[in-house]
Amino acid sequence: MATFGSLSLLIALALAAYNLLAGALALRLLATGQPARISPERLAETARRAGIAGFAAVTAAAFALVWSVFANDFSITYIMEHSNRALPGAYKFSALWSGQEGSLLLWAWLLGIYGFVLRLRHKTDVRLYAFAGVILAGIQVFFLAVLNFAAPPFALMKGAIPEDGNGLNPLLQYPEMVIHPPMLYLGYVGFSVPFAFALGALMMRYPGEKWIKITRVWTLVTWLFLTCGIFLGMHWAYAVLGWGGYWGWDPVENASFMPWQTGTAFLHSVMMQEKKGMMKSWNVWLIFSTFLLTLLGTLLTRAGLVSSVHAFAQSSIGTWFVAFMVIVLAVCIFTYILQRRHLKTEHHLESLVSRESSFLFNNLVLLTACFVILWGTLFPILSEYVVGNKVTMGAPWYNAVAVPIGIFLLFLTGVGPLLPWRSTSMRAIKRNFVAPVIALWVTAIVCLLAGDRPWKDGAFDAGNFYALVAFAVSAGVFTAIVMEFMRGAAVIAKQTGRNLLVGAWLLTRRNTRRYGGYIIHIGVVIVVIGLAGAAFNRTNESEMALHDKMTIGPYTLECVGATQDTNPNYDSQYALLDVSKGGKVQFQMAPEKRVYTVSMQPQTMVAIHSVPSWDLYVVYEGSNPDTGQPIIKAFLNPLVGWIWAGLVILVFGTLVALVPSQLPAAQKGGQ
Amino acid sequence: MGASARFGFWMKALQATAVAVVVCFSLGATDAGTRYNTLNHHLMCTCGCAEILGECNHVGCPNSTGELKELRAAIDEGKTDQQIMDVFEAKYGAVVLAAPTAKGFDLVAWIAPFAVFAAAMLGTVLLVRRWSAGTPQLASTEDVDPAVTALREKIRRETDTGNDGGY
Repeated sequence: MATFGSLSLLIALALAAYNLLAGALALRLLATGQPARISPERLAETARRAGIAGFAAVTAAAFALVWSVFANDFSITYIMEHSNRALPGAYKFSALWSGQEGSLLLWAWLLGIYGFVLRLRHKTDVRLYAFAGVILAGIQVFFLAVLNFAAPPFALMKGAIPEDGNGLNPLLQYPEMVIHPPMLYLGYVGFSVPFAFALGALMMRYPGEKWIKITRVWTLVTWLFLTCGIFLGMHWAYAVLGWGGYWGWDPVENASFMPWQTGTAFLHSVMMQEKKGMMKSWNVWLIFSTFLLTLLGTLLTRAGLVSSVHAFAQSSIGTWFVAFMVIVLAVCIFTYILQRRHLKTEHHLESLVSRESSFLFNNLVLLTACFVILWGTLFPILSEYVVGNKVTMGAPWYNAVAVPIGIFLLFLTGVGPLLPWRSTSMRAIKRNFVAPVIALWVTAIVCLLAGDRPWKDGAFDAGNFYALVAFAVSAGVFTAIVMEFMRGAAVIAKQTGRNLLVGAWLLTRRNTRRYGGYIIHIGVVIVVIGLAGAAFNRTNESEMALHDKMTIGPYTLECVGATQDTNPNYDSQYALLDVSKGGKVQFQMAPEKRVYTVSMQPQTMVAIHSVPSWDLYVVYEGSNPDTGQPIIKAFLNPLVGWIWAGLVILVFGTLVALVPSQLPAAQKGGQ
Repeated sequence: MGASARFGFWMKALQATAVAVVVCFSLGATDAGTRYNTLNHHLMCTCGCAEILGECNHVGCPNSTGELKELRAAIDEGKTDQQIMDVFEAKYGAVVLAAPTAKGFDLVAWIAPFAVFAAAMLGTVLLVRRWSAGTPQLASTEDVDPAVTALREKIRRETDTGNDGGY
């Protein structure tokens, strides 16, 4: 199977190279009209088919690796290092992306899938798709070259073949790890497609903005995958790492967040191009930057440039990535300089207070936030280089710098939809903003009265202050969005004679993109409320003998047992805790500590009881070596559930935005 | 809406926000009862786990227990926050601080994000003002009959709901 896999990768590389070269030659011949032995159209078609065949070859390689994991083929170094016989079936799949070579193969395979779908849909616009297909082939050539020459997944073991493998990293042996990395990679890799379309459209001087309409679904789906991937990663960190948090501003987390920010900026500013013919150069560079940031993310994760708890696989492939990024950047700059006249804007902004400028400011804030995170990620390297002193850029720095910018962005989320296109009047501003501003101040006062004060024990508390501002701004934004919904729904309800709810439904059907966007914004507001709850986290730690009690918030935890269990894959210790509230036992929790038999690495399995107002989060930290008693750490984390609920709303909103709008009967008839 | 009216509106909004922020900040007193928790969240565990000292959850961590004891002792000795941070930095190096200091090259880490943010905002405002100065202005809506404005708004909304151009 190793030979089959290696051969498949080699064939895939040859096919991708043919796709790139033949496709580029065909496009060149078509552009110049030079006579050739073979017609350019036929040459382009062979290139397209090579791309499809290349997908089959990469699929075969991925299949070979998964097959080898299930067959416990420890003659393959990668399988030996990332699997073992007792590993449960679902986690054998995750072995595919648990190491360097496998995750690069996953990248190539997903790129193959995207390319396959793109090439099947080529009739939408044959020439534009040919350009995009060739650019995707160029990216695929890079990944397949790395897989064939720098990080081969089918490399064989030297010497005797071991009886069993080293096993999967325990941190990855968690259900979410079966779906989090593929989701994240679908997001990362997916941005190759809008990048390919943008670069292709620029190369061929594509007339008009139709390429944006073609790529809208691709971009939105990709953004959705990346969003889900990031949130699943947050949930995994929350449930597995056992420190009570979900986001630690780790370089690898940051690496996934940066393309999300530029991608989000692109999704907003591209509307300006569609509606007004503005910001063409800006949009092109946004999508170029997003793609480059996905490569940078992979570089940070894989090349060991920065230290990270998430960097599961590190090697020397960094040079390959740096070289590829330089080539991509050079191609982008060269194409832009050559074709920049094609990107001349058709209109300029007319007023500072308009929806256009709100889009522009939204973009600037997102890009600033992206710069802040990039700066925070790379500053330790810069500091070491300049003054020879490595510093830590931890949560206090990010909270001080990124949180205010995030709150300002949230504020713009509410302001934007309330501003009309082109310009506005003071009267319109007053009418649209009164209710959101009242909601903002009422919420601020209520929060202050309820105890969310920007000081604690006599000292200023930045966390509480930001939470107060976040709650208040969230209330304002929520009111603004609901008002905007209700205004439109009232018009439709009046037109159709139906109630407001049906009016809202019909309104959404008529412009799924706009109102799907509003639903996404509501999801973001809910997420922000959940994030702000972190300011009020409480914690308690104690060694607990039988019937010892610990109190946290309204809960009392009583230790009713501590036991051990043996499993083919791991041994575990866990405590049984009765949790009572108001003097009555409500439920039982069993936080666990596992030690995996092959790797002898420990792993925390957190017990979480989640209700809308908070999470009771209990960690079995281990046992005291002197007394043998379990050490229990409990957290009361307010509003964490809102983060995951916000994600569900956000996903729903994105799905709504993906559904084509249904035109009213009057407009249908007129078309 | 004239440029001066818009400027005045935004200035008032800015002033109100500034007053609110100043009031919030000035409400804090000088009692430092939670210094231990605050400080252990401004220091890193040095065992290599890359976690905040107060959040390091390794049982038997070779470093965090000792660091926390040192922190407690320094507070009991009556050292100021800055003195404690200096002691830790001198002993473990700059990596023990969860954020860069506000001196020397470290200051760049703090200034750059806000400088970029301010420059981007200022640049955009100036650019949009220049563009809007070169664009023929729409007739002022201040003197228009409110009924006409309401009708325009209604038409805008009713015609806008059917298009697929995003917001």
